[in-house]
Amino acid sequence: MILIGELSLWVALLFAGWGAVVSFTGGALRRADLSATGERAVYATWGFVALAAAGLWTALLRHDFTLRYVASYTSANLPRLYTITAFWAGQEGSMLFWALILSTYSAIAVWANRGRNRALMPFVCGVLSAVTLFFLATLCFGASPFTRLPYDVVDGNGLNPQLQNPGMAFHPPNLYLGYVATTIPFAFAIAALVTRRLDGEWLAAVRRWSLVSWFFLTVGITLGMWWAYVELGWGGYWMWDPVENASLLPWLTGTAFLHSIMVQEKRGMLRKWNVVLVVSTFLLAILGTFITRSGVISSVHSFAQSPVGVWFAALLGIAVAVTAYLVATRLKDLEARAELESMISREAAFLYNNVLLVGIAFSVLWGTLFPILSEAVRGTKITVGPPFFNAVNVPLGLLLLALTGIGPLIAWRRASIANVRRQFATPGFGAVAVLAILLALGMREIHALVAYTLAGFVATTILQEFYKGVGARMRMHGEGVALAFIRLIARNRRRYGGYIVHAGVVILFCAFAGLVFKTEHDVTLKDGQTFAVTDPYGHHWEFVSMGISRFDALNRQVTAISLKPTRDGHPVPVIESEKRQHVDSRGSPTFEPSTAVGIDERPSEDVYVVFTGVLPDDTAEIRISFNPLVWWVWYGGALMALGGLIVMWPQADRARAQSGYAAVLAPERVAPAPAVT
Amino acid sequence: MKPRAKFLVGGAVILGAAGYLMASSIRTTAVYYVTPQELAGKVAADPSLVGTGVKLGARVVPGSIERDPGGREVAFRVSDGARTYPVEYRGVIPDTFTDSADVIVEGRLGTDGTFHATTLLAKCASRYENAPKYRSTPGYRPATVARSA
Repeated sequence: MILIGELSLWVALLFAGWGAVVSFTGGALRRADLSATGERAVYATWGFVALAAAGLWTALLRHDFTLRYVASYTSANLPRLYTITAFWAGQEGSMLFWALILSTYSAIAVWANRGRNRALMPFVCGVLSAVTLFFLATLCFGASPFTRLPYDVVDGNGLNPQLQNPGMAFHPPNLYLGYVATTIPFAFAIAALVTRRLDGEWLAAVRRWSLVSWFFLTVGITLGMWWAYVELGWGGYWMWDPVENASLLPWLTGTAFLHSIMVQEKRGMLRKWNVVLVVSTFLLAILGTFITRSGVISSVHSFAQSPVGVWFAALLGIAVAVTAYLVATRLKDLEARAELESMISREAAFLYNNVLLVGIAFSVLWGTLFPILSEAVRGTKITVGPPFFNAVNVPLGLLLLALTGIGPLIAWRRASIANVRRQFATPGFGAVAVLAILLALGMREIHALVAYTLAGFVATTILQEFYKGVGARMRMHGEGVALAFIRLIARNRRRYGGYIVHAGVVILFCAFAGLVFKTEHDVTLKDGQTFAVTDPYGHHWEFVSMGISRFDALNRQVTAISLKPTRDGHPVPVIESEKRQHVDSRGSPTFEPSTAVGIDERPSEDVYVVFTGVLPDDTAEIRISFNPLVWWVWYGGALMALGGLIVMWPQADRARAQSGYAAVLAPERVAPAPAVT
Repeated sequence: MKPRAKFLVGGAVILGAAGYLMASSIRTTAVYYVTPQELAGKVAADPSLVGTGVKLGARVVPGSIERDPGGREVAFRVSDGARTYPVEYRGVIPDTFTDSADVIVEGRLGTDGTFHATTLLAKCASRYENAPKYRSTPGYRPATVARSA
């Protein structure tokens, strides 16, 4: 099986190359037979990449340490789950995983479009095959997961303890699913540019794929934050690390695209801009993989570095050049069909939304690449840290939050003042009420006050929309509240799914603002000693040390500290934090010791306990922090993902699917290919 | 003024503000990221750099780590092969901080030539460099069949 996997990789490489050649030729010469061959090559590539992946999984599960990859990232005593997830623990496996997802997506896209978008498909297949070819080539010629060791080893190195977390099973796959899904819209954009079919057709084909990408990126980023929070032990979930930024960038441009696509659908505007957004999203996803994998920017994620960075730089360069050429030669075809009519209109709100999202993306990109840029320009590496990102993105983010409330309530084309006044009376009141309550409670932090006031405003707009919609359904159809609510969402998925995403955004902003009130305490406790403290809400906490315990677990030796807390005199479950020394199957230590944090989660705040060290007399050194509202980050992220799922869920009744957005696009059925020039 | 022009002005204001924020915060928060050799060169060229915040990226000299028993203070030396600096750090020490780890310390170079760090980031050295250790472990046998792909 392992040998089959290795050979399959090469066969897949040939099929991807063949697919790219015949698809492009078929498209250019308008030879349907060649295009059909190209589509079959996409399926074949997928089959052989899947075989290669099965080969690597077999090797991992059989603990075949003759493979360098298996010996590098697993050991005989590694739990089964992490043996399976070690597939994407290292460079080579991650690249194979990319190729596996990409070829699977390609096969799905080709199958889903077998009766549609016929003029575009040859070029779509060509681009997809070319990108797959790139990944397979880096695997075959750059870094193969099937490389064998020149000598035998009895046991592997084991998996880095920080990767031994259930997050490992979900966070990387979700991010990859999100990253890779940007390739399909990119392929359609290139196909639309090449064939000059730049109307609604390609947009309709890519909207769902963009949503798929957005959904998985949202889930992946949220899981990444959670993982960093519970595993890395520094008490936060986002530190503007280059790799975190890399995953945020395509999410930002993808979000911008999902909004601006509506402007093109409704008004025929932003046609160039949408092409640029789709292509940028793909390029940023590639850049993300590049940053993660090349180690060009030092980061906590630099688990694996390798020379494939050069390959990625080449891919980025080629993709930029091809797109720039295509857009430049097709500017006439991309001219807008309408003009902006008023500043107080839905279009204008979307435009500002795009300016802000892209502005944020640009500043994040700038800050991330600044060390490289400054070294190239001035010869010295200069880094910027979280203060830079916060200084820029907090104001932009708050403006964006305000637009989240304003945009959905303004009419298309031109809103009347009366309309604006009617729509915003209640939300304006909601905002003022939130501000008044917080001031009365004694909150004085300006950023938090602005955030919560805006959050109150946006939350009220969302509630108002649901209230109106449910009320209308109850009157018109005589439905009960619950049924009206469910049907309202089900019958207008794009609109109300979008509101649910916005509700998630509001929750996230509230949770982010909560960190303004975080407090941290470094304490030393002997067995039986007590640490008393007041939390940000004014509750009185006491932590009693239950002493240090030492024990052995499956693949690690553990030193643990247990604290018995009380909150205002009421007992709270014991919080335990561990220092772990992982051992190999012969019992000798591997890797550096790691820390498992102890967290007492509650909606109002997390009590976050990190065991930092032991003094010789068994006194424990502990850092205790109160992190307000962190709990809501995970649920805000989950709500956004749920909203995304509702928006992209297929709707059986196509006619009704468009309600709320009387779309101007009617995707053509099988159409004769136009002349390609 | 046409709406399009109005929008462009509005967009320019937003982007201008963002650009201003970026420029000003880079000026106030950016720090040099240097290797020990570069730091020595910079200090020689401009003595005012002593006492200015910099990031120093280097490798921990094996055997130089002197930990305070509590685990919150540590003194060690870092080197890039050309220059070596003693470092003092107080704070939570990351688990990945060990001999030969690649570290990034942020802080100031004191007049005494010691680097006083306020943050310490450690990255574990690439795991696979340790592979030859298996040659000396019990159970190791040299490959009898030539294995290569």
